[in-house]
Amino acid sequence: MIPFDFVYCRPDTLNEVTDTFKRYQNENKKAICYGGGSEIITMCRVSSIHPDVVVDIKNIPECRVLEKDNFFLNIGAACTLNQIKESKLFPLLGLACGRIADHTNQCRITLGGNLCGTIIYRETSLPLLLSDAEVTTSGLDGIRRVPFQNIFDGRVRLKEGEWIVQVHIPVWALQARHAHIKKTTQEKIDYPLVNVTAIWKDDVLRTAFSGICSRPFRSSQIEAVLNDHGLSPEIRAEKAAELLPEPPYHDVEGSSEYRAFVFRNTLCELLEAWQNDRA
Amino acid sequence: MIELEGKTVISLNVNGDSHEVMVRPSDILLDVLREQLGLTSAKAGCKNGDCGACTVMVDGWPAKSCLMLAVEAQDKKIITVEGLGGKAAVQKAFVEANAFQCGYCTSGFLMVCHALMTQHPVMPDEIVIEEWLQSNLCRCTSYQEIRKAVHLMYDSLQAADV
Repeated sequence: MIPFDFVYCRPDTLNEVTDTFKRYQNENKKAICYGGGSEIITMCRVSSIHPDVVVDIKNIPECRVLEKDNFFLNIGAACTLNQIKESKLFPLLGLACGRIADHTNQCRITLGGNLCGTIIYRETSLPLLLSDAEVTTSGLDGIRRVPFQNIFDGRVRLKEGEWIVQVHIPVWALQARHAHIKKTTQEKIDYPLVNVTAIWKDDVLRTAFSGICSRPFRSSQIEAVLNDHGLSPEIRAEKAAELLPEPPYHDVEGSSEYRAFVFRNTLCELLEAWQNDRA
Repeated sequence: MIELEGKTVISLNVNGDSHEVMVRPSDILLDVLREQLGLTSAKAGCKNGDCGACTVMVDGWPAKSCLMLAVEAQDKKIITVEGLGGKAAVQKAFVEANAFQCGYCTSGFLMVCHALMTQHPVMPDEIVIEEWLQSNLCRCTSYQEIRKAVHLMYDSLQAADV
């Protein structure tokens, strides 16, 4: 049971969302976007958050888009992880979606919810960082389309009342060679100890990571080292571990030292497989 | 646009019947099913989306009713174990395979397996079955028998088709 009340709004258009946010902001009330609701319900239940209003975006046609045009794959923020996975339109993102929570929850959790949630791993962000994805947002100042990396520094940074409507993935990335390696401590369904996600563009390796640090990230310095074919895979993995943007994360799932160990080994395996393919 | 505040009467389609219930927007579907409609097959386990004991079927897909607001379920078709009628293929298969011990998780497993059969009328490969079953926990560890029940469920469908 959620031990307090809130107002539930289910708008049918983008304008109705904006009007709703404006109206409640003027009344000094806290309104939040509601997609699958898993995290919001859980946090409300334990009183971690107290929204006055939840704005359910699942009825908005733009948020349910899942289609490819000549240039981009467009995915609405309210598409579920399972829909994205089963569409097979962007296999790398499908792999990421298929390893978040369990199957039943994947039928509820939305792309927007995973990106904007408070759980630190936000694994759907990794394929977006690697593919030069763009996002369309809507807010009190209107609609804007920007590179995903401009609004994401490990967590989504948007203005008050602004929210993600769609993500757009360039078509080159959809069938590009890729790898998705998620290491957990024991169970398959768990938070990542280390998640290494990779995509190759013109035989150049791009990598993004989750679990190893307290936020997901992509690093040009690490990519430069990983693409240095003059070094052995072991040395490249060692150097990459030295270039982490912050000390490895430490929690009950794994110590900093253990995460760094798994990170190096996972990278090394990835590089060795790539080296063997190139030989 | 729908906007609900305070206690409101909404209509839910559960097991093919339309029910009017009075809910707060923050009421979760599990509580409404159990406490207002008396449909107690969906169990409260972790109430955190982890155990799957509260699984019901929403528009043909499995959903953890502890992680869904009742107001979200308007205009959707909800099926609980009560809606299976007692003689569904999945229920017979669970009995035949003895796929339970204490039985607390059984409703959730029945619904996830029934949804699996709904979405995959022909038996999918083992990886898919495992993926679906991993959404639910059985603390008595009847996993082998539950897996066997899934096979029996599909066998009975195949036999019925012949």
